[in-house]
Amino acid sequence: MNKDFFQGYKGEALKILKKFNVRVWGIAEIDTSRGLFKGTVLPRAENDDDKHIVIKIATGYNIGVATNTIKTIKEIGYLKANYKIPEQEFPFTEHLPNVKLIGTGGTIASRLDYRTGAVIPAFSPGELYGAVPELADICNLDTEKVFAVFSENMGPDQYKQLAIAIGKEIEKGVDGIVIGHGTDTLHHTATALSFMVQNSPVPIILVGSQRSSDRPSSDAALNLMHACYAAGHGDIAEVCVCMFGPTSDEYGFLHRGTRVRKMHSSYRSAFRTLGDTPLATVRVGEVKALKNNFNHRRKDRNVEIYPFFEDRVSMIYFYPHMHSDTIDSLVDLGYKGIIIIGTGLGHVNKELYPAIERAKEKGVAIYMTVQTLWGYVHMFVYETGRELLAMGVIPLENMLPEAAFIKLGWALGQTNDLEKVKKIMLSPVIDEITLREPYNGYLVYQGGVPEVEEFIKKFRK
Amino acid sequence: MNKQFDPHKNYEKTRKNIGFVPLKKASLKDWKRIGFMSGLEVHQQLKTSRKLFCRCPAGVYQDHDDFDGEIIRHMRPTLSEMGEYDGTALMEFRTRKEIVYRLNNKTACTYDIDDTPPFKINQEALQYALEISLLSNLNIVGEVHITRKQYLDGSIPTGFQRTAILGVEGDIQLSNKKIRLIQLSIEEDSCREISDIGHTRIYKTDRLGIPLIETVTYPDMLSPYELQEAAEYIRFLNRSTGRVRTGIGTGREDTNVSCRGGTRVEIKGVSHNSWLPLLSHNEAFRQYALLAIKDLLLKKIQNIKIWKITSTELSDNKIETIYPPIHEAIKAGFKVIGVNLPGFQSILSHFTQPGKVFADEITDRLKVIACLEKPNMVYSESFYQKELNLEFPEIRKLLDAGDEDAQIILWGPSEDIPTALETIEERCKMAFEGVPGETRKSFEDGTTIFERVLPGADRMYPDTDSAPIPLADDFIAKLGENLPIPVFKRLQQMQDCGIPEDTHKYLLKKNLLPLIDRICDELGYSQKYIGTFLGHYYRHMEGQKDPHPEFSYNKIYGLFSFLKKKRLDPELAKSMLGILVDHPNMEFNSVLTSLNFRKLKTEALLAPVGFLIEKFREIRRSEEETKTKKWLMGQLRKQAIGNISLREFSHLVEKEINAYNHSKDDNYPD
Ligand SMILES: [Zn+2]
Repeated sequence: MNKDFFQGYKGEALKILKKFNVRVWGIAEIDTSRGLFKGTVLPRAENDDDKHIVIKIATGYNIGVATNTIKTIKEIGYLKANYKIPEQEFPFTEHLPNVKLIGTGGTIASRLDYRTGAVIPAFSPGELYGAVPELADICNLDTEKVFAVFSENMGPDQYKQLAIAIGKEIEKGVDGIVIGHGTDTLHHTATALSFMVQNSPVPIILVGSQRSSDRPSSDAALNLMHACYAAGHGDIAEVCVCMFGPTSDEYGFLHRGTRVRKMHSSYRSAFRTLGDTPLATVRVGEVKALKNNFNHRRKDRNVEIYPFFEDRVSMIYFYPHMHSDTIDSLVDLGYKGIIIIGTGLGHVNKELYPAIERAKEKGVAIYMTVQTLWGYVHMFVYETGRELLAMGVIPLENMLPEAAFIKLGWALGQTNDLEKVKKIMLSPVIDEITLREPYNGYLVYQGGVPEVEEFIKKFRK
Repeated sequence: MNKQFDPHKNYEKTRKNIGFVPLKKASLKDWKRIGFMSGLEVHQQLKTSRKLFCRCPAGVYQDHDDFDGEIIRHMRPTLSEMGEYDGTALMEFRTRKEIVYRLNNKTACTYDIDDTPPFKINQEALQYALEISLLSNLNIVGEVHITRKQYLDGSIPTGFQRTAILGVEGDIQLSNKKIRLIQLSIEEDSCREISDIGHTRIYKTDRLGIPLIETVTYPDMLSPYELQEAAEYIRFLNRSTGRVRTGIGTGREDTNVSCRGGTRVEIKGVSHNSWLPLLSHNEAFRQYALLAIKDLLLKKIQNIKIWKITSTELSDNKIETIYPPIHEAIKAGFKVIGVNLPGFQSILSHFTQPGKVFADEITDRLKVIACLEKPNMVYSESFYQKELNLEFPEIRKLLDAGDEDAQIILWGPSEDIPTALETIEERCKMAFEGVPGETRKSFEDGTTIFERVLPGADRMYPDTDSAPIPLADDFIAKLGENLPIPVFKRLQQMQDCGIPEDTHKYLLKKNLLPLIDRICDELGYSQKYIGTFLGHYYRHMEGQKDPHPEFSYNKIYGLFSFLKKKRLDPELAKSMLGILVDHPNMEFNSVLTSLNFRKLKTEALLAPVGFLIEKFREIRRSEEETKTKKWLMGQLRKQAIGNISLREFSHLVEKEINAYNHSKDDNYPD
């Protein structure tokens, strides 16, 4: 029998299936020391053990049967399922804006293979129309998959490819661009595109989902609608991340690509703007600006694309009693730039000094950011800071560590001249450094305090 | 419609035509005639300290207004296997409900609102559920697979319930037959609904996530009373393990009912087993009535394929009525629509359930699917024509209706009207097919209303957030070692040792048999005595007032143990228990003191006999010598209780009376 007949089965379980001539999708009667079990044999997940066979019973549930209890199996039928997402043509509406959805491999919309639980991505306009028909009332949608990479595997090559693809689409005349992306490194990509795509005349909206779209309460459909609305109708012609504002199905935020960060491992409202307010709130029908200094939508097509990146750049998250060999090893391996994420106002221990000095001598660019995420690097306040400055560590103001990492890679991708790199690093492209921190840019309220509790009860989270 | 048409008469006539019999007058013959069939899904909360997939406490409840925050979700149908939306899914989406969850920090965490993936399954819950599975004779699975079951009504914030099968193909033994079980699953309980008005449904999340088991039977119950017996059996079985929660809302039944040619219809959330007979009886007859309606319609309507409704907007001047809801609707800016149902005369007032007609099927759906609060319509065959003062002939003219047609007037916000009209047409077309598959909500009077479209099997899929859990043979064997005695054996035992039959249900319901065993095995009392004591005396006492919260059945064991040790007669337990239920922490000796109990030898108890005989002779009104003993016992009883069995004491008193009388005879010969 062909290997496809035993999808995912190995070892004991595979042996038993072969012994009794039973295939995946075979309808089986399994006689065991625990009694009789009847159902359709399902594929087994690759990482699960080899001691059980999974069947779907008549009521739709899945159960596992232990191989060491099996006496005999009889295949009494066979029913292979073939899944396809329904495709209907995405309707074209004359007066609606044209939006291009660029796919990167994450699934924003999807459909479920009810037998295996596998998520089948919906991506073509037709498939998306089948999954989120409301999109047709928002824009005319065209889609293109640039590559298929999981969020955690995204990197410089993908950033560059994306930037070039965006440039082409803008030249072709789209009214807005939406990029579907996994959420883990969504803010890294948003930062990279903020530097690589400058002076865009149209919105470039990155969007993902925190709950997979196979679940009825997923944030995916609403995020996608918000993103398409912001891309097609919004006036903010910048690289933005569009994700849930509150965890409730109420409105989305547009976050500036350089100031956004994923701040919770699983909340729907995980994406937050740090050190500033978000750019806008989005509902279908309305992009309401929260800030007034943003780049407005234009008719021209004068976008600038800078697809550069040096990948020998690293980040060091400082911890007490860190040894100098952490930096030495990076230098020895030929890294050209290091972002230190220091404590407090931008500090590291004395033990690292020799390594930092050695790195500087070898021509490695070293920049300082802060672990506190909010606030500026202030290296003049304490002696440690002053010593580090003297060694040539350059403070990056209130640039977020991830933004600093991306920017340094981008800068070193353009030049090896450390003075020029420094100039690039310290000249903000789009708010990766802000001149001032507004008082409402740092809001991490604590529960339990009566007035906070009152607020939480009154406004939906 | 011709003017002679009388809805009342039509209702009575159609009721008679289908041969409806009220439950009390029904017999097996009737249920056989209509082909009654029913099955059960029995839900039971497990007595664990925490919830099933998160670490929130289980069994802590809040009032409606006791919340710390609210969130909103919308439920979106996901496509099914064949690329189509499931029936329920589509309906729920059409209703476009805004679901609000009220969260209390004490009982809900980020898992409960689906902002955190599940934690590992609660082991305590898994073990309890497996014990019950073993007791239900089920084949235990080799590996537990957590599955997602879609719910789009919002009762679970994720939109699906995490659930898993533990065993399949079991059985329970009723008095006359075996009932087969399909499966037993462990699952998380859902939210409790606070309100559902218009487009907003509010839930609270305190009950959400509490471990629950569901025992599902085959549709083997062929009479409403068999259904009740099976439900009781499963409840007793669950309780016999001591692993389940008791009290309001901790156990609920869904029953699926059909008649021959009908459809599986699920009646949800029946909280009292005693309601099951009436609900299932009425449902089977409702289906029987719908089949009769189908036959009538197929005769009346030429081409059902092209059948459709027509409608027209009725502006203020076109409608004359004194009916207040219509006036209010007009005032609120609602649309009022007249609808013509071709060929439906005599159908709208056709009997369906006691006091209900086919038109109720429509108005119920308008509420649920189109979110139109009731009353949401009136119709041409209403029982209250006169009260409405509606000019249906006028409306018929506007709608260009024929003599055989029926009309509905409905009202609601204009954005809900298209759905409302679709709903009416859809329900009418379903009448051509017979009985629509649906879930129905139950009422105490034995009637039901439409709740949801019955979901398809397509709504199950694996939970990708959880790994499968293997159940090894030795683990299962160990759980099997300490199982309670099966309920049918218990029933036999009680019969055999003479525990009165009227106590059986109570003793099983309260799971008192283990206590009886312990008292009898360890202290040597008789099963019959203790069973009667608990099933009559204690039950009566419990019915009078609630015991102190700290009172537990363990106290009853302690009490009998104390009496045994002190060599006191068990009859004393009754009066002592009366004090203990209020003061469970009082020492047994102090209880005796407060009862003024004195330990006395038999001679001392009998000492006053002579004096009392004389006293009785003084006060008695007649020459009834025979009443002497009764009176004496009344005088001596209180001191005797506890010191000696009353039966024995009564013998002794009688002897003493005889002896006294003899001695008198000796001393004073006549
Ligand atoms: Zn919780």
